[in-house]
Amino acid sequence: MNASVLLRRTTLRAARPVPVSRTIVGSQFSRLASTLALFEQRDGKLQSSAQNVVTAAKQLGNPVIGFVAGKSAKEVAEQAAKIEGVDKVVYVANEAYEKGMPESYAPLVVENTDDVTHIVSMHSAFGKNVMPRLAALLDTQQISDIISVESPDTFVRPIYAGNAIATVQSTDAKKVITIRGTAFSNAPSGSGAAEVIEGKDSKHAGNVEWVGEDLTLSDRPDLDTASKVVSGGRGLKDKENFEKIMMPLADAMGAAIGASRAAVDSGFADNSLQVGQTGKVVAPELYLSVGISGAIQHLAGMKDSKVIAAINKDPDAPIFQVADVGLVADLFKAVPELTEKLKK
Amino acid sequence: MSTLRILVPVKRVIDYAVKPRVNKAQTAVETAGVKHSMNPFDELSVEESVRLREKHTAKTVEDILALSIGPPKAADTLRTAMAMGCDRSIHIEMAEKDEMLEPLQVAKILKEVVEKENRNLVILGKQSIDDDASQTGQMLAGLLGWGQAYGASEVTLEGDQLKVRREVDGGTEVVKGKLPMVVTTDLRLNEPRYASLPNIMKAKKKKLEKKKLEDFQFRAENRLKTLKVTEPPPRQGGGKVENVDGLISKLKELGAL
Repeated sequence: MNASVLLRRTTLRAARPVPVSRTIVGSQFSRLASTLALFEQRDGKLQSSAQNVVTAAKQLGNPVIGFVAGKSAKEVAEQAAKIEGVDKVVYVANEAYEKGMPESYAPLVVENTDDVTHIVSMHSAFGKNVMPRLAALLDTQQISDIISVESPDTFVRPIYAGNAIATVQSTDAKKVITIRGTAFSNAPSGSGAAEVIEGKDSKHAGNVEWVGEDLTLSDRPDLDTASKVVSGGRGLKDKENFEKIMMPLADAMGAAIGASRAAVDSGFADNSLQVGQTGKVVAPELYLSVGISGAIQHLAGMKDSKVIAAINKDPDAPIFQVADVGLVADLFKAVPELTEKLKK
Repeated sequence: MSTLRILVPVKRVIDYAVKPRVNKAQTAVETAGVKHSMNPFDELSVEESVRLREKHTAKTVEDILALSIGPPKAADTLRTAMAMGCDRSIHIEMAEKDEMLEPLQVAKILKEVVEKENRNLVILGKQSIDDDASQTGQMLAGLLGWGQAYGASEVTLEGDQLKVRREVDGGTEVVKGKLPMVVTTDLRLNEPRYASLPNIMKAKKKKLEKKKLEDFQFRAENRLKTLKVTEPPPRQGGGKVENVDGLISKLKELGAL
């Protein structure tokens, strides 16, 4: 990438007023300006998070250009083109970007950001890994994990594990943003018909090699997007109980399984199931917590759920302060009873 | 085996167990008189650096340099890092009233330190629990053009290569890169040790170099303006039910079942 070109363009943009209204799409001011939405793919399949990213990207006011890279990026781009609100999808079909390694992926995105004012992705493992590197290459201060768009330069994001909400205004010419998926609805997919075009690729090489992965596969709904989540904590005492009690409950409800940090640290459940400040943030229709006290770090990951229910034997557990419905009971009796009654 | 010269940046933050309160003027979170400690993810970075030395020969890890940018009390955080096993530290002192630096600025300062102190491995926490940005390590790697491993749960040194198991959505993945590299720590990486009293005493004799922001090339200028900080909308507890039947009927009433 030519640094001087980038610098010149950045300086020019800084002097130009940023369009503030959301309704001027297509006007002379934003004829070229656009928002680049990074979509995640796995094995040639578009990840559903793309729909949340599009919703957020649309709120920024400019045309939305989707971006995908990987081995079967063209096929993924065609899936993405069907999302409503996407104006164009740029793809780079190159196996080198298949695993989203930031060392090569970040410069690739930079190469495709001509006339782009905003770059948006999910605040997921991928987004957290790639976006800050990308922001540094563009010399811009990223805005992480936003929960709403106030205007094209002003955003709202939680800080201190969601105990405070900050409204921040960016003075950077290019804005790099990660979004909290649960705060933005799914843009409908099916009727969109965006143009699919091939992006630029200077064949960036990374200095880190992908060796392998170890993923937990399950038939249950995905924790990030499930409409119901049942979550277990330290109160389950061991892994055997966790499986014996939580799995049938989840199946009876058609829910995804989550866990508190205490449960994960004690080895009851896989790390990727952790809900909280340092794990996943979920906001399902129903969050049922079982044997979880409700530490602030855990609440940070679930307090935006529509309905929170809690089963805990300690009537003073902090979880009851946020639960819409609480049951003070021994989970070893109450949960199997609940599971049986839900099956009927 | 490669010789490691490690940099461990640490941040002093409000203690993780304290529930932060927004100030009356709605400009920030109240910090005066609130318990502070080392960012929990940074404790893991310190621990991992010390373990790398313990796992290999003393020669493999040439030295472990801790660094903190913050108010005078950040020196206590550095003493803690040295009591856990870091060899020396740099404190870039800011005034108590100064606005917190943004990740991009911190990354730029760290880049200068890396170059001046000839570091080849930087281990950072994956996020600080105050700003929750999760950016500094990746930005630093980008600025340096080094490889990065975000959210490490296992770090193995193999010759001049670093093999890192990373926490990702749905499980873990393993990546391998040649030094120099930037690694950020996930909670599962290790269990940080407590500093023993003799080590705390020894840490007082270790070198703590004071520097100022003006000693660095970068221009301190925040790119994000904080317009306001507010309390999140409170959630009302909805009360308790007597039994499982009560739970089911209440959930049905709320439309959740």
